[in-house]
Amino acid sequence: MPRGTVVIDADRCKGCGLCIAACPQSVLAFSGKLNPSGYDVVHMENPDACVGCAFCAMTCPDIVIEVYREKVAS
Amino acid sequence: MSVNLETMTKVFGRPDSLTDARFTYCPGCHHGIITRIIGDTLDELGIVERTVGIAPVGCSVFAYRYFRCDSQQVAHGRACAVATGIKRARPETIVFSYQGDGDFASIGTAESIHAANRGENITVIFVNNQIYGMTGGEMAPTTLVGQKSATTPEGRDPKLFGYPIRFSELIAQLEAPVYVTRQALYDTKHILQTTQAVKKAFQNQVDGKGYSLVEVLSACPVQWRMSPTQANKYIAETVTEVFPLGDLVDRG
Amino acid sequence: MGERLLLRGNEAIAEAAIRAGCQCYFAYPITPQAELLEHLAHHMPRLGRTFIQAESELSAINMVYGAAGAGVRTMTSSSSPGISLKQEGISYLAGAHLPAVIVNIVRGGPGLGNIAPSQCDYFQATKGGGHGDYHVIVLGPSTVPEAGELTMLAFELADQYRTPVIILADGLLGQMMEPVELPDPIDPSTLPTKEWATTGAKGRDPNIVLSFDMDPNDLKQANLVLQEKYRTITTNEIRYEETDTEDADIVIAAYGTIARICRSVIRMARAEGIKVGLFRPITLWPFPYEQIKSLSEKVRTILTVEMSAGQMWEDVRLAVAERAETPFYGEMGGIVPTPRSILSEVKKHVR
Repeated sequence: MPRGTVVIDADRCKGCGLCIAACPQSVLAFSGKLNPSGYDVVHMENPDACVGCAFCAMTCPDIVIEVYREKVAS
Repeated sequence: MSVNLETMTKVFGRPDSLTDARFTYCPGCHHGIITRIIGDTLDELGIVERTVGIAPVGCSVFAYRYFRCDSQQVAHGRACAVATGIKRARPETIVFSYQGDGDFASIGTAESIHAANRGENITVIFVNNQIYGMTGGEMAPTTLVGQKSATTPEGRDPKLFGYPIRFSELIAQLEAPVYVTRQALYDTKHILQTTQAVKKAFQNQVDGKGYSLVEVLSACPVQWRMSPTQANKYIAETVTEVFPLGDLVDRG
Repeated sequence: MGERLLLRGNEAIAEAAIRAGCQCYFAYPITPQAELLEHLAHHMPRLGRTFIQAESELSAINMVYGAAGAGVRTMTSSSSPGISLKQEGISYLAGAHLPAVIVNIVRGGPGLGNIAPSQCDYFQATKGGGHGDYHVIVLGPSTVPEAGELTMLAFELADQYRTPVIILADGLLGQMMEPVELPDPIDPSTLPTKEWATTGAKGRDPNIVLSFDMDPNDLKQANLVLQEKYRTITTNEIRYEETDTEDADIVIAAYGTIARICRSVIRMARAEGIKVGLFRPITLWPFPYEQIKSLSEKVRTILTVEMSAGQMWEDVRLAVAERAETPFYGEMGGIVPTPRSILSEVKKHVR
């Protein structure tokens, strides 16, 4: 189970690609699918590699990405 | 491999101090990142209910739609004078102005300098992308030598139009300001540093310490004719050579 | 139960502003209204209120915008060239429905002009001055006591209608001294709260102060709201004074300092058997068109006298149309006509 995951608001994504460049784990890529605004929406291409670092979300200028991290077992 | 959100904690989401409104900014524009950082700051310091934001003229004219606080939309360049009026009238409010390079460093030069010189207890966020986005990509006072723009089609010639103004350095010369810093957003490390800077700039006001200015080197991919990632690289390699990053004043 | 003080016009306006509960005053020095600033520089900090000598008149009007938007009574003052600088800010105040008081101690123009008294800013004050379809209420005092009264009224009207109000005085009025009786001061903290102001959105939705709408239909609606406001002000707030007009053959139309001088003219004229009256608009906007129109149905001549090339004269002619003769006598450059010179002008129109 991956340590993190992201939820992407596809309709608000503007396909800027900053999140793809920011991700240290190469999780994200363009999906090839266009949203109603005509942008190529980002998706998790390698979801298993996600560690929930939130670098993608921090750089997203449209606050499109929510980040979740596995709760650490106590 | 499926992921179960119920066993996970949300570690990043939209700040509560921002509304749900969609940003009107271009893809890859840094205005959205700065807006999100300010929202997080208002959340963290718990001050949104006593904050008054000032929306300028420029790409961020709709800033009043993005924050869940009282706002005044004001004439081009005048935000620092308006901020002065609001803060003197209502000293208990937290007042921030949000301005681009035309607003802050061209038409607003006098207002920007004198609010700083009076040491108004306000927070000023100065978005420097070396171009006028909203009106079609004209030269800004901060446009680099040789940079092409709608009004410098052959590139900025210093013999005709002078050199880019390092406005934070001008403000840093004044006696009153307590925090003047230049930041950037071109990678995660710098986004985190900008976040700390913005938080300090607001905390200073909460503590009644005086005037704080955060200049943020920002991308304008459309008017620079670059992709968002190219724009970030350009800031990292070229823009920071002209506008050095770091704290110019920190009397906090 | 007020105090009786010997004050310059500038000081009377300043003191009246304090007593009206003005919380914030922002201005830039310019002759001939320096005493206004100085009086407030002295008193406002002692009262725990705000005085800022701004970096320019342009900055000052924007500080007024901020303070007005934050819901306090606020004022700026200047003289003609400085008022030109404020026009952008005044348009914004009007468009954003913000109350504010702006004092113009008019001097000779255009350009740098000089520092002598004039009435050459009537167009600027009453016909807009700044960009867009808007008006501001314009009050024209003619004595120092009236300058004080109208300043207090200005704050009331500004708040009532959420609109800028201009006090249109001149350098003579600003400098002359007269005994003034002023009312007891209003404590600003007792003024009603402005629910629309930017005071911090605790327990309510955010308030937005703005004059901007990209949608033409919505901006049209916003303009219709403003126009409706101006109609209401026009219905309710026209003020004027008629002196000896009941039996007059000739009526002088004049405001401010000239109207005051014309009181002597009437005395002198009537002593010579000439039946002269005076129509004195007190609100220059809204302008008493109907009242002048009625007058023009009863008298032969309405002579407009101004320290200008003839600005209020246009509104008088608009009101009168062809019903009576509408000659003009004006002085420019800061020259103040004497009663004698006005009287000889009056005599030219006696039949």
